Amino acid sequence: MNWSWEIFFSYVTNGLMLQGAWTTVWLSVISMALGLGLGVLAAMMKMYGNRTLRWTAEFYIWLFRGTPVLIQLVIIYTGLPQLGIRLTVIESAILGLALNEGAYLAEIIRSGIMSVDKGQTDASRAVGMTWRQRMWLVILPQATRTIIPPLGNQFNGMLKTTSLASVISMEELMRMAQMLAQTQFRVLEAYTCAALWYLILVSIWSMIQVRIEARYEKPFGPDEAVSFDAKKARRAAFRKSKPVKEA
Amino acid sequence: MTVEQDQELPQRPLDTRTLGDPIVMIENVQKSFGDNHVLKDVSLSVRKGEVVVICGRSGSGKSTLLRCIDQLESIDGGTIRAAGHLMGFREANGKRVALRDSQIAKQQRDLGMVFQNFNLFPHVSVIENITMAPVRILKRNVAEVREEARALLRRVGLPDKENAYPRQLSGGQQQRVAIARALAMKPQVMLFDEPTSALDPEMISEVLDVMVDLSTQGMTMIVVTHEMGFARAAADRIILMHDGQVVEEAPPEKFFTNPESEHTTLFLSKILHH
Repeated sequence: MNWSWEIFFSYVTNGLMLQGAWTTVWLSVISMALGLGLGVLAAMMKMYGNRTLRWTAEFYIWLFRGTPVLIQLVIIYTGLPQLGIRLTVIESAILGLALNEGAYLAEIIRSGIMSVDKGQTDASRAVGMTWRQRMWLVILPQATRTIIPPLGNQFNGMLKTTSLASVISMEELMRMAQMLAQTQFRVLEAYTCAALWYLILVSIWSMIQVRIEARYEKPFGPDEAVSFDAKKARRAAFRKSKPVKEA
Repeated sequence: MTVEQDQELPQRPLDTRTLGDPIVMIENVQKSFGDNHVLKDVSLSVRKGEVVVICGRSGSGKSTLLRCIDQLESIDGGTIRAAGHLMGFREANGKRVALRDSQIAKQQRDLGMVFQNFNLFPHVSVIENITMAPVRILKRNVAEVREEARALLRRVGLPDKENAYPRQLSGGQQQRVAIARALAMKPQVMLFDEPTSALDPEMISEVLDVMVDLSTQGMTMIVVTHEMGFARAAADRIILMHDGQVVEEAPPEKFFTNPESEHTTLFLSKILHH
């Protein structure tokens, strides 16, 4: 057996790895945010647009859901220069991941909007809301409830999908692990370390996700049993019951 | 529901009011859903301050007519004028041009509508349900609108529910909030689409009371309902629709005792004796 815990732990806290983990985080967040924007746009175009907009949105969704992200990234970074479009590594990675994510989110957002009762549209039109007012004030706030849980799962996926950007030399976790593996040939330690970092990131996200979902799965309005204030009061009471060390 | 059961409803003092000029004018309106011809050449005129009850079997087109007046459905032919608007269109050099969604929205602000399923906004509180449109659409002063909303809540008998959420209210309470929400836009005409059909029997009268009250205050109302007690108490005219057409149009007294159409006789026999 040739496994060195010493090397493994040195990798876990290695500067390159930490840098890679950080890159994975911000790359995921930015790509997700842009993807969300694209998804909302595509969903709106598909649901409410004229024929041209609808077909554009449908083509976009079909194209990006039907092809591997890996190929999308490679085409954007190494293929587009042939057409005179030169993007940096970071730009390519963000663009590729966001475009791909947007196509998936479009469908999630569309089903979220469709889950809102038709009577809400009637009621908001009856008081004289325009399409935009209706969307912002009535439909989207309610659709959010349906959209949030799958959105969280998509972000979980995004954290790991960013590893594909390593093929276009984006210096995120996977790429950093490759670089470490190539310098000392401790392949197993290097990639296990990257895997551990993904686990850590995903676990942290899961904890955040649970909190977000708990907030959104309650019915609208105050929840007498577990209202925020009640929880706060209970926590304060608990803290008071414990002896506090004097500083 | 029998007429006898609803006799407790306050009778509206009809003779104390004078009706104004026509405020809703419906002429030769046609509407189809695919092959289904729902409204066949419907004409109807409602004067300011008048209360018109529309009844008829399900599928007779009464709800569709109401939805067409409020432009929740577009019409295929004819004209609807309401609150001074040519609904859904504008006239340019004698020609009719279909309006865009945002322009139709402006027309809709002068009409209030109450739905069978209340359709309150579940994500905001009662007071926000009422103030949302005046504040966010008409950009009116929040404090002023809130004060008006509280007055409306008192008027519909729910002064203590301002911070409740729709899910915490009973059906009857929700419907009364829905009436307050519609009134907050100060509409010239109120449209009611079977406002009590989704309610438990014991909650029907609390909603009808508010509606009778509204009618005594001179509100122009078009009410689609099967509540013949309400029709008798508050209506100036009762209309029976059958198969997409108006087949009877009479004041309550005549409607119940001496109708002209055989459809009315049949309708009354079904609704009053079971």
